[in-house]
Amino acid sequence: MSANPIRPAPRPQIRNIHIADLLRYRLPVPGVVSILHRVSGLGLFLMLPLLLWLFDLSLASERSYDRLVAWCDNLIVRLVLAGLGWALLHHLCAGIRFLLMDLHLGTERAAATRSAWAVFAVSLPLALLVALFLLGAI
Amino acid sequence: MAGGTRRVVTGAHYGLRDWIAQRITAVVLVLFLLVVLVSVLAHGGLDYASWSAVFAPQPMKLLTELAFLALYFHAWVGVRDIWMDYVKPVGVRLALHVGTILWLLYCMAWSVQILWSV
Repeated sequence: MSANPIRPAPRPQIRNIHIADLLRYRLPVPGVVSILHRVSGLGLFLMLPLLLWLFDLSLASERSYDRLVAWCDNLIVRLVLAGLGWALLHHLCAGIRFLLMDLHLGTERAAATRSAWAVFAVSLPLALLVALFLLGAI
Repeated sequence: MAGGTRRVVTGAHYGLRDWIAQRITAVVLVLFLLVVLVSVLAHGGLDYASWSAVFAPQPMKLLTELAFLALYFHAWVGVRDIWMDYVKPVGVRLALHVGTILWLLYCMAWSVQILWSV
């Protein structure tokens, strides 16, 4: 090894925060949109068997369709579907935001914060509508 | 030689194909969602007859299967990223990757079977 005559100053070390710091760490709104995009995506993936099974029931025959409708009378099923509705809507809205940012639209900090709020402003009321529909309120 | 010039610069590009595929499949899925919404509205309602009529024509079956394939590839890239970010032990990560691939292949066959039994 040849000696390096130039000693660089020690660089600041950047580390991941400890898992115990997660609750105290104030994530900025775009960060919340981002992590929820991931959470909703994983949730949709994990619920894929349920969704495909429901799709199968809905199409296989008139009788299976009726079975699906009867099955959806269950409150827990409705709550799960409402949760999946939120997951899809959040994933969709946040995904469109990310696609626009990939096109270099709205990457300034102020614009990014605004669009992050816009994701919630669109996805949450729509998810509420889906939930109210599923729970029979509308 | 000064330190740093021997840095190995391999593989800065290898994720680009998956990155772009995830975005293309995302656009495909949004467009497909719109197609389904419009055809459900056009068939007028969510009873069994109108719902199954949406997926009865052969072109719609093919389009839906295409959307399913887009969904599975999209899910593969996203879920693989999650495993890579949070699961460090190589063996566990490999098992999760293989399990995810097998599961998505299973879904692929399942969705063909669902669509072509309408």
